[in-house]
Amino acid sequence: MSEQTTSAPTVEDYLDPLALPELQADASKELHTFEASPAHQEKLGFPGELVDDWHDVAINKMGDLLTKYRGFRVFLDSCVKCGACTDKCHYFMGTGDPKNMPVARQDLLRSVYRRYFTTAGKYVPKLVGARDLTEDVLGEWYNYFHQCSQCRRCSVYCPYGIDTAEISMAAREILDTVGKGQKYCNEIIGKVYDVGNNLGFPTPALKATLESFEEDLEEETGLEIKLPIDVKGADILLVTPSADFVAEPHIDGLLGYAKVFHATGASWTLSSVASEAGNFGMFIGSYENMRKISLRIRQAALELGVKRIVFGECGHAWRVAYSFLNTLAGPFDFLDPRYTSPMHICEYTWDLIEKGELKFDKSRNDKYRLTFHDSCNVARATRMGDKPGGQFEIPRNILKATCNHFYDMAEDTIKEGTVCCGGGGGLLTDDLMDLRVKGASPRMTALQNVQKEHGVTHMAAICAICKSQFAKVMPKYGFEMDNILSVHQLVSNAILLEGAKDPEDDDDDDDWIPPTPPPRPPRGSAA
Amino acid sequence: MLTTVYAILFYVATITLVGGIALRIKQYWSIPAPLKIPTTPAPTTKRGVWFRMFKEVALFESLFKSNKWIWVFGMLFHAGLALVLLRHFRYFTDTTALIWAWVHWIQPFGLYAGFAMLAGLVGLFIRRIVVPRVRYISSPSDYLMLIMLFFIGFSGMMMKFVAHTDIVAVKLFFRGLMYFDWHPLPADIPLLVHLTLVATLMIIFPFSKLLHAPGVFFSPTRNMVDNPREKRHIVAWAADLEKK
Ligand code: HEM
Ligand code: HEM
Ligand code: SF4
Ligand code: SF4
Ligand code: SF4
Repeated sequence: MSEQTTSAPTVEDYLDPLALPELQADASKELHTFEASPAHQEKLGFPGELVDDWHDVAINKMGDLLTKYRGFRVFLDSCVKCGACTDKCHYFMGTGDPKNMPVARQDLLRSVYRRYFTTAGKYVPKLVGARDLTEDVLGEWYNYFHQCSQCRRCSVYCPYGIDTAEISMAAREILDTVGKGQKYCNEIIGKVYDVGNNLGFPTPALKATLESFEEDLEEETGLEIKLPIDVKGADILLVTPSADFVAEPHIDGLLGYAKVFHATGASWTLSSVASEAGNFGMFIGSYENMRKISLRIRQAALELGVKRIVFGECGHAWRVAYSFLNTLAGPFDFLDPRYTSPMHICEYTWDLIEKGELKFDKSRNDKYRLTFHDSCNVARATRMGDKPGGQFEIPRNILKATCNHFYDMAEDTIKEGTVCCGGGGGLLTDDLMDLRVKGASPRMTALQNVQKEHGVTHMAAICAICKSQFAKVMPKYGFEMDNILSVHQLVSNAILLEGAKDPEDDDDDDDWIPPTPPPRPPRGSAA
Repeated sequence: MLTTVYAILFYVATITLVGGIALRIKQYWSIPAPLKIPTTPAPTTKRGVWFRMFKEVALFESLFKSNKWIWVFGMLFHAGLALVLLRHFRYFTDTTALIWAWVHWIQPFGLYAGFAMLAGLVGLFIRRIVVPRVRYISSPSDYLMLIMLFFIGFSGMMMKFVAHTDIVAVKLFFRGLMYFDWHPLPADIPLLVHLTLVATLMIIFPFSKLLHAPGVFFSPTRNMVDNPREKRHIVAWAADLEKK
C-alpha cells in the first residue's frame, strides 16, 4: 500500500465517488480507438474498409435493426429527455464530456433515426434535434460508441429502462457493416475463430500450461489436483475466460476452481474447442457472430458428452451464458436436467458450502481486508441462484465463508448501482488507456473510502476484464496492481483439502499483523 | 362556422391520436425482441413483471431511485394530469348513468389537480433551463411541449376561476360530436385556446416523445421475465438462422 493512514482521517478525505464534473464540451472527442484492418473485418463477414455508399448502407442497416430489435425502436422513440440518466455514467463522471451522458450518447444516433425514420424529423428536423448522417457524424459515432462499456448503469435509472448498451451495440453493428469496425474487438473474435480463444493461445501451449499448474498445485498441497482438458465422458464442462490461463490474478482463481472440484471428487474437464468463455460478439452487437462463438460451447459439450456446463469468473461471458446461451445455442436438452445449466462457478461453490461439503481455514486469508466489486454484467444482466439478487449475495457469501474481514463499499456504488471498472464492453485496449483510467475513478474513489474507513487492502472481483483493468489502473490511484483478487483465489487460499500438507508460510507474511482499522468517522455531507 | 371548424378539427385530432397510437402499438407488438435483456434483479415470473410494471407506471420507481427532483415534479405533473383527465369525463359521458357516478366523486380532486399539474410543469421547465446537463440534451421541441401543456392547463384554470365558460354548452358540443348531432360551441377565448392546444397535442402525440406512454409497456428491460435458463426464448428470425 502506497499510503497507510495512521491518524484518524478527516471528513475531507471522503470524496463522493459519484461526484460530477463541470461540463467540458468535446473533452474526449479525439479519443479514437484503432480501427480494424481489412483482414480483421473480413474474417467476421464485414467489408474491409469504408464502403463507397456507406451512407445508404448505414441507413439501411439501421432500418433493418429497427425491425429486428424491439428494444432498439422503443428506446429510440420513448426518451423524454428527462435527464435522469445524465449523471449516471462513469465515463461522464471521469471525463466531463457531455456526449458521455447516456442520453446524449443515444442522441448521437437518435438524431439520425429521427431524420430518416420519423415524420417530425423529416419535415421539421431542427425542432426535434434531427440531423443528416454525414461522415463527421459517423466519426462521432465511432468515437463515442467506443466510450461506452455497455455496463447498463444508465438503464437502471431510466424511467423506461432505456439501455444505452443496446444503442451502442446497434451503432457498432452499423459501423461494422459499413466497414468501420474496431480493431480490438474484431481482432479478438478472429482469434476465437482461428485458435479457439481470445488470447490466441494454441491448444498445445494450453495443455503445457495446465500441466505446469498441476505441478504447482502438487508442490503446494502435496496432492494430485488435476486440470483435465478434452476428457470425454466427464460430468462437467468448465468454460472459463482464457485470461484464467495466463494472467494474474486470474490464474489463482482457476486454481481455486480446480481445488473445489478436487475437494468433492467431481469429474470435470476443460475443452480446447471452447477454451474461452468470453464472447465479444456481444460487444459489437452482432447476433450472428455471438451465435457462432456460442455454438463452440454446444459443440464441445456434445463432443465430450458432458452432463452439465459450468462457467468460470467472467462478467460479460456470464451474461451471454446466463441470458443468451439457451437462445443462441440451445436447447440444451442433452444435458442432465437435474442440474441448472449453464451454472456459474460461484453458484457451484456456494451450493457445496451450503451443503457443508467444503471446509475452510479462514485465517489463511487474514492478510486481506476485502471488499467486492460487483461486475456490471453480472449485476445488471444476470442472476445467480433462484432468487433475484442472488448475483449480489452468492459471491459475497463465498467471501464471507472464506475470509474474516469483509467490508462493502458505499451502497450507491455496488449491487445494481455498481460502477463499472472502466474497461468493459470492448474498451480494454491500450489505445483507450486515458479513458480507462478516467472511467475507473468512481470505483477507485469508493475503494479509497473503504480503505480509509475500514482499512480495506484488497478488492475481489469475478470478471476477467475487471481484473485485468484494475491490475492496470489501480496503480494510478495509489494501489498496487496485485490489490485486485479473484474470488476463487480466496477460496483456493482457505480451502482445507483432505491429505493436503499445511501451506508453507510466505516468508514476507511471517510477522504480518493485521492493521487495526482507523476509527469510523461520519460520512461526508457530499456522500 | 366556428362550430364546424372545431368539429372537423376534433374529428381529425381524434382519428390521428387513436389511429396513430394503435399503429404504434401494433408496430411495437410485431417487432420481435430476440434476446432476454431485463435489467436485473428482475422478476422471475410473469406476475412479478406485472408488479414491476405497475410500480414503474404508477410510482415511477426507477425515477425515484435516480433523481428525487425530477420525480417530485414528474409526479405532480402526471398525477395532476391523470386526475384532470378523469375529471374531464364529465364533458363526454352521461353522468346521470350509474357507471359514471365516480366522475362526480372525482370533481373536487380534479380541481386541485390542475394546480399540481401546473406546478409540476413549471418545475420541469425550470430544471430544463437551470441544470446545464439537462439544458444540453434539450431540443426546442422539449421546451415547446412543456409550454404547450402549461397553456392547456392555464387556459383551463382561467375558465374555472376567472372567465367562466358555459360548460353545459361545451358538453352538448362534444356529446354532439360523438353522436353526429352537432351543437354550437361557445365562442370564448380561453375555451378556444384550450381546445386548439388540446387538438394540437392530440395530433402530435403519436409522432413525438409522448410515445413514452405506450413505449414504457414495451420496454424489454422492464417487461421481460428473468427465466432464460428455465425457458428457451427464441424469435422467428433467429430460429431461421438455425435452419441454415
Ligand atoms: C402510461 C402513462 C405515462 C407514464 C408512465 C409516464 C411517465 C413519464 C415519466 C416517468 C416521465 C419522466 C419524468 C418527468 O419528466 O416527469 C415522463 C415525462 C413526460 N411525460 Fe409522461 N407518462 C405517461 C403519460 C403521459 C401523457 C399522457 C402525457 C401527455 C399528455 C405525458 C407527458 C409527458 C411529458 C411532456 C414529459 C416530459 C417532461 C419534461 O419535459 O421534463 N406523459 N412521463
Ligand atoms: C377535448 C378535450 C377537452 C375539453 C373539451 C376540455 C374542456 C375544458 C373545460 C370546459 C374546462 C373548464 C372547466 C370549468 O370551467 O369548470 C377545462 C378545464 C381544464 N382543462 Fe380541459 N378540456 C379538454 C382537454 C384537456 C386536456 C387534454 C388537458 C390537459 C392536458 C386539460 C386540462 C385542463 C385543466 C388543467 C383545467 C382546469 C382544471 C379543471 O377544471 O379540471 N383539458 N377543460
Ligand atoms: S433517463 Fe431515460 S428518458 Fe430520461 S433522458 Fe435518460 S434515457 Fe431519456
Ligand atoms: S451503458 Fe454504461 S458506459 Fe454506456 S452510457 Fe450507460 S452508463 Fe455509460
Ligand atoms: S469489465 Fe467488469 S465492470 Fe466493466 S463492464 Fe465488464 S463486467 Fe462491468
